[in-house]
Amino acid sequence: MTGRHLLGVADLGAEGIDELLRLADTFVEVGRRPIPRVAALRGKTVVSAFFENSTRTRLSFETAAKRLSADVMTFTSSSSSLSKGESLRDTVLTIEAMGADAFVVRHSCAGVPAQVAGWLGEVGEACVVNAGDGAHEHPTQALLDCFTITRERRARFASGAARPRALDGLHIAIVGDIRHSRVARSDVLAFSALGAEVTLVAPPTLLPPSLEGWPVAVSHDLETVLAKCDVAYLLRLQDERMTEQFVPSLHEYTATYGLTASRARLLGPEALVMHPGPVRRGIEIAAEVVDGARSVITTQVANGVAVRMAVLYHLLGSGAPVGA
Amino acid sequence: MGERERALVAPPGGAFRGRAVVMDAGDVRRAIWRIAHEVIEHNRGTADLVLVGLQTGGVWFAEALAAVIAQVGGTAVPVGSLDVAYYRDDIGLRPVVPFAATEMPVPVDGAVVVLCDDVLFTGRTVRAALNALCDLGRPSCVQLAVMVDRGHRELPVRPDFVGKNLPTRRTEMVDVSERGVVLGDLLDSGAQVAPAGMQDVVTPAGMQDVVTPAGMQDVVAPAGGPDGGRA
Repeated sequence: MTGRHLLGVADLGAEGIDELLRLADTFVEVGRRPIPRVAALRGKTVVSAFFENSTRTRLSFETAAKRLSADVMTFTSSSSSLSKGESLRDTVLTIEAMGADAFVVRHSCAGVPAQVAGWLGEVGEACVVNAGDGAHEHPTQALLDCFTITRERRARFASGAARPRALDGLHIAIVGDIRHSRVARSDVLAFSALGAEVTLVAPPTLLPPSLEGWPVAVSHDLETVLAKCDVAYLLRLQDERMTEQFVPSLHEYTATYGLTASRARLLGPEALVMHPGPVRRGIEIAAEVVDGARSVITTQVANGVAVRMAVLYHLLGSGAPVGA
Repeated sequence: MGERERALVAPPGGAFRGRAVVMDAGDVRRAIWRIAHEVIEHNRGTADLVLVGLQTGGVWFAEALAAVIAQVGGTAVPVGSLDVAYYRDDIGLRPVVPFAATEMPVPVDGAVVVLCDDVLFTGRTVRAALNALCDLGRPSCVQLAVMVDRGHRELPVRPDFVGKNLPTRRTEMVDVSERGVVLGDLLDSGAQVAPAGMQDVVTPAGMQDVVTPAGMQDVVAPAGGPDGGRA
């Protein structure tokens, strides 16, 4: 990882991902301490600039920054001057003028973090972390997914021992609303960079218009894929981004593509069930599967803090070369 | 600049050139035996004792010390390791990357902690270690054991147990491992490795893997290798 910003998995490469995962390992230990805090980023200011709703990502980033002893400025678009008509550029530069070292940016439009990085580059050295932009990328989610798969497999199974690339030989199924999912895009890049084989499972209407150049296989038969995958990664139906009718009904979606309790029994003995959240129980995944033994959904959330600490530390504290 | 991390910032291809072997493997072994006895004597036994090696150079030292203390004192002593990267005062000034996660086998609260490191130089690593340790709990007492005290302190830090006091110049480096202690310099990549007339190198038995390329009278080893810290 060479750049000053983390805008997407695409700029990281396998080595960059490995480096961040290794760093995240050390922060898991910090999280277990009675006082889970280190002084590493004392005096740095991290702005969480969320122009779109979020629970876990925002809290996870803010917790990560606080555990590194950074100061946190929280910006929420609904209560800001954006609603008075201030432009995004002016808003960002106003916050920068107060002294910010990192911007954690989420926006419903793809490309906003890159644009913010450009504006900030004109005036200073603040760095940008993409916390999800439209249906483009959500790099820290992909990092915490890779981190969770490797750590959980290592902890649970004899076959989970270290591999040359962290996910070598694993078969990962991503199931659900791929079309509107930035998580799917980042995950596909990260999983395949680390050696996994990825299969997308979705109704044709919920696949992107083109999959040209994606290192993936596609299936519409969930049951066959479940029987041979090591990880079943479920995605939420993103109704809020749907401009037209993509599935006949939620009930029909669940009947064909939902991970029901009976479908979950098709999974192999070493398979994990994952979901980036928020989970809609009973729609893409049954409640008892969410709470079942294979599910590592809450572990993903816990690991998210360590991974985001690693990202913030890498960008602000490690003194790594600035500017790609 | 900090001590153990100096090896990390060595430019690719940079090398450590040893100039003089200060202690050989036997000397190091005897120093560890002496320090082990001193630790037991000073603490009147091994009750509540925890040895904590600083990543990475202090870890082997703590383990070696624990082995002797177990042999002499008759009880096994827990050994932990501490990575102080996140507590350094030069974060952001240069690359500070942790070596490994901190591992503490027993609670620090109430323990007699002996911090172990290979080289004591500016004292800044020890300052960071004290902060890191106190974030983990409240030890009843903290002591410091080092294999080499090379002087040039920048903070009021004093070791309790010392393998060897070694006067150095600031620009020099000290390489410490089980196999011996070598005083030398860090070379930039492309620097002249073998100035004429430098012939004061002794290679004791057991240190043959410090390579002497044909035609060079210097001890050359790649910087940042797995064979111990340098400072």
